[in-house]
Amino acid sequence: MIELTINGTRHRIDGDPAEPLLYVLRDDLGLYAAKFGCGLGQCGSCTVLVDGKPAQSCITPIAALEDRVVMTIEGLGSARTPGPVQQAFIDEQAAQCGYCIPGMIARAEALLRADPRPSEAAMRDAMRPSLCRCGTHMRILRAVRRAAVAMGGGIVDPAEPVS
Amino acid sequence: MRLPQDDTFNSPDTTNLLDRGSQGVIAKPLDRPEGPLKVSGSATYSAEWKSDHCAEGVLVLASIAQGTVKTIHKDAVLSMPGVLAVLADEAMTRRSTQGTAGEAPVQGVQTVEYFAQPIALVVAENFEQARDAALTLEVEYAPSDTPVAFDPESADAEVELAPDTEPVEGGDLDQAMRDAAFAIDVEYETPGHASAAMEPHATIAQWKGDDLVLHGSYQMLSYNVKEIADCLSMAPENVRIIAPYVGGGFGSKLGITHEAVAAAIASKQLARPVRVVMTRQQVFETVMRRSETRQRIRLAADETGKLIGLGHEALVSNLPDEEFAEPVTQATEFLYSGENRLLKVDVARISRMTAGSVRAPGEAVGMQVLEAAMDELAQATGIDPVELRKHNIADKVPVEGTPYSSRMLAEALDQGAKAFGWDQRRPKPCQTREGDWWIGMGMASAARVNMLVEAEARVTLKADGTALVETDQTDIGTGSYAILGQIAGEMLGLPIDRVKVLLGDTSLPAGAGSGGSFGAISTGSAVLRACEMIREKLAKALGCTEDALELKDGLASGGGKSRAYPDLLAGKDLAETGSIKPGDTADDFSQASYGAFFAEVAVNAFTGETRVRRMTGAFGFGRVLNAKTARSQCLGGMVWGIGSALTEELAFDLRDGHLVNHDLAEYHVPVHADVPAIEVILLEERDAAASPLQAKGVGELGICGAAGSIANAVYNACGARVRSFPLTLDKIIPHLPDPFTEAG
Ligand code: FES
Ligand code: FES
Repeated sequence: MIELTINGTRHRIDGDPAEPLLYVLRDDLGLYAAKFGCGLGQCGSCTVLVDGKPAQSCITPIAALEDRVVMTIEGLGSARTPGPVQQAFIDEQAAQCGYCIPGMIARAEALLRADPRPSEAAMRDAMRPSLCRCGTHMRILRAVRRAAVAMGGGIVDPAEPVS
Repeated sequence: MRLPQDDTFNSPDTTNLLDRGSQGVIAKPLDRPEGPLKVSGSATYSAEWKSDHCAEGVLVLASIAQGTVKTIHKDAVLSMPGVLAVLADEAMTRRSTQGTAGEAPVQGVQTVEYFAQPIALVVAENFEQARDAALTLEVEYAPSDTPVAFDPESADAEVELAPDTEPVEGGDLDQAMRDAAFAIDVEYETPGHASAAMEPHATIAQWKGDDLVLHGSYQMLSYNVKEIADCLSMAPENVRIIAPYVGGGFGSKLGITHEAVAAAIASKQLARPVRVVMTRQQVFETVMRRSETRQRIRLAADETGKLIGLGHEALVSNLPDEEFAEPVTQATEFLYSGENRLLKVDVARISRMTAGSVRAPGEAVGMQVLEAAMDELAQATGIDPVELRKHNIADKVPVEGTPYSSRMLAEALDQGAKAFGWDQRRPKPCQTREGDWWIGMGMASAARVNMLVEAEARVTLKADGTALVETDQTDIGTGSYAILGQIAGEMLGLPIDRVKVLLGDTSLPAGAGSGGSFGAISTGSAVLRACEMIREKLAKALGCTEDALELKDGLASGGGKSRAYPDLLAGKDLAETGSIKPGDTADDFSQASYGAFFAEVAVNAFTGETRVRRMTGAFGFGRVLNAKTARSQCLGGMVWGIGSALTEELAFDLRDGHLVNHDLAEYHVPVHADVPAIEVILLEERDAAASPLQAKGVGELGICGAAGSIANAVYNACGARVRSFPLTLDKIIPHLPDPFTEAG
């Protein structure tokens, strides 16, 4: 029995301690925001926040998460009341198919918590592990910049012009 | 006035109905309505539908390349915890379905035709149990006694002309090459590509009596229903597919794949829902690859740079008897002049997973090579690459003589060049150096054929004055929800928040599906026609002519009268189903979307590492339906171009045809660090022959030639003319000048 704190709620998981968090979220708890993209730690679709840092939940065993705080993007806001990073992603229309987007938002949230006023290089570096095949990178980066400004930090470099 | 049965598009539509609307929502860069669902994790993708008591299936893949499955030692795994069944049903698919097939692909999993082909499905109470059993399962094979080659270039690979094609032949290309003031005769190669949509293929199958319901990840539902039904020998009416959100497709989900049929069979046998999610490696290994290509380009130009001859011959590959062959020369047929020509695609029959459509089949690889070769001609003639292309815009399609519908190639070249600052380019290589980096600029034309296909949609103007658009059209990230709502909003005079769009369910009228860049224009045309019929009825109810009718903000005006819809409709919904079928315009005109790419790259003088520093694309694709989603399509395509130019490559082991790089760590798609500032210019255009919307396809245009512009920029930067994509460091280094050379 492992106790996990996810989005502020405690869950008792009667599973194999080696089971990756992603499968617990999706198959046991019905929390589908974190996506299965590869199960191999290669794409970032499954990214969640663990103690505020980005973690690929598909390769994070639940045994490693006791006494830690897990946050999925369900914990950041909802479709009706989106959180600031989610709102920035809406405003910049960063989602195309949307499958990579929850992982991108989790990663952006973690970045802005650690570095509220990121440089362009820091932003691209932080977002790099998450893949997007729709090619909406420019909109995602704009959303991160917008969120940085909205959350009071700001950005170091001026945003590139995009209409 | 259009009769309801008059749904074939036989002559150009110059009425430009959408320009007569008063609402002003068409073309606007409106947000996609499903955005908030996607950013909050509440859009439901295929594997995420709740179904009680759902069992989990895991596919088992062959560990040989060719032969027969002799024995599957089922009993050993059936006794493992939770294991419910091991299926190797002959209705299961061993090849993937080609786009718009509408019928079963090759079935039967006892025969093995390529390495890692699906051969069985293990089903268990949960995923971990199924996976464990699948990994444990022992299978005995007998080798094939009629081996098929693994290497398309090997002498034992059978080669034939691409099925259902004829070479385009005109004049005498050999003579033209001899007569030419400038002749280019070069061979390029491009590797196989993977769609690599971020959502792996997944299906949840569930039976209700004789009716099958599938929640799955598919692009073209009305075809997919027929494909599933054919596989299971049942009536299409008994199959329903639900797919409101699809996590990308790029060709890989055009036709049904292995997990769908396997899940349906297992669900029937076990009498409970079954979910099958493919692993990332299984998607790479079994779904669909873009064929590698070898392409010979011959360009014969007179002293002014005008093409008098053009040859484009390609060798691609596929499994034996498979009809699809990457249509490499598709855009070469109409793009440039040169009456002496030979265009031809041959296909080598080999043992690798099915080759099929990956974003922009044909042009994605054909244009990047043609445009790289055009750069070689520009270099040989000393003519500016933009001018060379403008000089070679044909008056009519060479050899065939077909007229063009609207074309924006020259405008795209000019406007793109201006926005990019092409005049700053220094024509010779190795002229600009910044520290360790050579800097260069390159360009390419963009072209992608336009297709209108059969589609239906129902539009209901509700008694409360709101509208509902319904079709089984999918939105795979392309923007269908937004666009179809905008067409209805404009035609019915409603603000966008009073239009609701329901998609992705085959209980709704059959849309075109998402593929070939034809989804928006085809299903959109059906929506337009449904709205036209509603407008006629509104005019009648108001007592004015349709021409006099003006609809805005839910108010109908005309003939001196004005009434709000609820009043006019008197408590009744007004529903019409519109439809479109391709007609004579498809043959009477050469229709395509056009554009131009401009790229600036930096090539490391020591390591050959190439970074794209910025890109500009200018595109003309008829009416822009939504400036925001259209721009996203162009951006996404150009990002694919970066991948094709620099990193993306399927690597096969030539001893057994197995795919070596079957995951996202080894198959390199562009990431945030690779994508520079990209500028997209959308040109104003109306193409009356393309569709009743005067719009053309845009979903794939952004990739068609993009990689060529990057390769040409690499040449301009450092003088490395690499004729093998992707331009990896190892291929660039041998061509690099002494890194200590001074620029200029
Ligand atoms: S699903 Fe976890 S990194 Fe891809
Ligand atoms: S939006 Fe589709 S993968 Fe990123």
